[in-house]
Amino acid sequence: MQLNTVEQVQEAMQEEKYVSERSLATAIYLALQLPKPLLLEGEAGVGKTEVAKVLASTLGTDLIRLQCYEGLDVSHAVYEWNYPRQMLAIRLMEDRDVNDRQAMEQIFSSDYLIERPLLQAVQHKGKAPVLLIDEIDRADEEFEAFLLELLSDFQVTIPELGTIKAEYPPIVIITSNRTRELHDALKRRCLYHWIDYPNIQKELQIITQKVEGISERLALQVATFIHELRREDLYKLPGVAETLDWASALLALNHQELNEEIAGATLGAILKHQEDVHEIRSKRLGELVGAAASPSATGTPSES
Amino acid sequence: MSRSNEIVNRAVRFGRTLRRAGVNVTSGQVMDFVQSVEHIDIGNRDIFREAGRACFVTTRDELPVFDRVFESFWRAKPEYANDQFTDPGDDMQPGMDGEADLDSEGEEGDEISPEQGTQQTKTRTELVESQELEAEGEEEEGDADDVLSFSAAEVLREKDFADLSEEEMQQTRRFMEKLEWRIGRRRSRRRVSARKGRFWDPRKTMRKSLQTGGIPMQISRRKTKTKPRQLVVICDVSGSMDRYSRILLQFVYAIEQGMANVESFVFGTRLTRVTRLLRNRSIDSAMERVAEQVHDWSGGTRIGQSLQKFNTTWARRVLRNGAVVLVISDGWDRGDPELLGQEMSRLQRSSYRMIWLNPLLGSPRYEPLTRGMQAAIPYIDDFMPVHNLASLEALAEHLGNIDDHRPVRRQQPLEFTEPKPRVA
Repeated sequence: MQLNTVEQVQEAMQEEKYVSERSLATAIYLALQLPKPLLLEGEAGVGKTEVAKVLASTLGTDLIRLQCYEGLDVSHAVYEWNYPRQMLAIRLMEDRDVNDRQAMEQIFSSDYLIERPLLQAVQHKGKAPVLLIDEIDRADEEFEAFLLELLSDFQVTIPELGTIKAEYPPIVIITSNRTRELHDALKRRCLYHWIDYPNIQKELQIITQKVEGISERLALQVATFIHELRREDLYKLPGVAETLDWASALLALNHQELNEEIAGATLGAILKHQEDVHEIRSKRLGELVGAAASPSATGTPSES
Repeated sequence: MSRSNEIVNRAVRFGRTLRRAGVNVTSGQVMDFVQSVEHIDIGNRDIFREAGRACFVTTRDELPVFDRVFESFWRAKPEYANDQFTDPGDDMQPGMDGEADLDSEGEEGDEISPEQGTQQTKTRTELVESQELEAEGEEEEGDADDVLSFSAAEVLREKDFADLSEEEMQQTRRFMEKLEWRIGRRRSRRRVSARKGRFWDPRKTMRKSLQTGGIPMQISRRKTKTKPRQLVVICDVSGSMDRYSRILLQFVYAIEQGMANVESFVFGTRLTRVTRLLRNRSIDSAMERVAEQVHDWSGGTRIGQSLQKFNTTWARRVLRNGAVVLVISDGWDRGDPELLGQEMSRLQRSSYRMIWLNPLLGSPRYEPLTRGMQAAIPYIDDFMPVHNLASLEALAEHLGNIDDHRPVRRQQPLEFTEPKPRVA
């Protein structure tokens, strides 16, 4: 697939059923052209991770994913030696009278190396892969610092084997839920894009594309309801992922129309805090359903 | 004993005095100083001072402080040549007792005991820090140069912040800067090499085994790394706190300077984040900037709403990994107490330790009867006074002692009834 203009990127994403804002398409286009890692921030469930998946299938290449967590270190992110096998090999060699040098070369060869995502990305053959470093804000500062080195020259040094440099530097997508501020040094090396909640029309488009068999009418009601809901004072606003869950839930219950009863019963698909559920169910539910059901709300996307 | 030993001793003491006065001195700098003394004519006071400056001062702001300390420490006569180190008066500031205790615990070796918390555990890499601690914890020397005499300090310690004169305010400020702020450590998910660690380190063991023909003679070990907890300070600057807010903000400033992970917020009717305003500035310009940015200074109070704002916008970003939350307020709330209760409950659940500091609590007759305070109390882990220096010292010690034990918390049912109760 040719991705030579911003429009082409947007269309290609569209073909993979990812509805992207033009600004996001621009950021992706630039990340491919420069090339530079792309740092995506946004609330949970707005489709950050999805960008990497869609990009990989658009480019027809592999997606290599590294999920971050606190304490993530080189042995889980880059490589690890297969210790049990090494020990076994040493035992066997004792019987066969192999000299030290040969022994060392043997047990520290790639046969005994376990490749973790970052090494896989650097060693990838044939085509540049998409490397997704997911939820970097969950990793600690130590890992962030390590990543700086990797992102600047895409090479990995294994003391026993030497330095491995990427033949095809991976296309890097980094996502963050912004549970903490990332270090400026990391941000400086990346292109940055904040993914916002989509406006009503985009969300409607997403629902109709992603949820098979949903009626235009229900999709519109769902989109409007969610859109109105996001204006409330809640601990956690529903993301696009929740919208899709909810639409599927309504469909599974064979409802083609939103009403107060069914909305109240399925609220757990979009609100995940007890206080939020209580707030909406006891006070605003009727109003929100009313707004979603009335046709007048449909023509007012300008409020977004 | 020998002259050079004497100089080392004096240099260490000098470094410590500088540190107390607010100059950021490391052990390495002290050693540099000792070495440079060997190369200069210590009879020449000017050269001697310049050598000291070169070794100890790292930013321009510290220069005047250094000069002041230098003048009083190395008195006109070059007594460093023959001074027996019987420094005048062991009548140190009372605040140092806590440190001495901490230090004696710290020396008990590498054992990790989960009950004790891991704060005392030291690794080789922390050597520098531990040396400093030891120096702090040693038999105290007299700070003859300190502005306060012992009894005056004692009086000031117990004096309510609201009754301070302008001059006492200045002294209090200096005192606050000297307080050592340390916070309990949490166990991280990361591991570091340690001779007696709990976990074995296969990578290092295998690499070492090559020296012994592939037979792992020595098992390398690792232990859990600890990190200081995040501290979040939320300070009330509304009208009712007027008598305290200025000094308390200086206290927040002192904490921010003294600890690594601090986020601070102030509120009256709405919440403002002041972390960046306080950091890396002199105290006066920091206070100026806060006054500029915070518009509801000395106005009304809406604690509930301010905490709600914190919970919805900031909690996810700053309350990570078992943070300790300090709310400083007298509990006079003009908002809805039900909202305050609800937000406090949430704040408590998302923090490791919820500490409420109330300046009024210092008065023996005070009872927390205001509606706001009543609503908040069930969700407070530690309710402490913050009305004089003694209470700050108690707080400093308390923060340092936060360990791996969570406080006992009763699950509070949320105070509302569902409109449609589910029928079993």
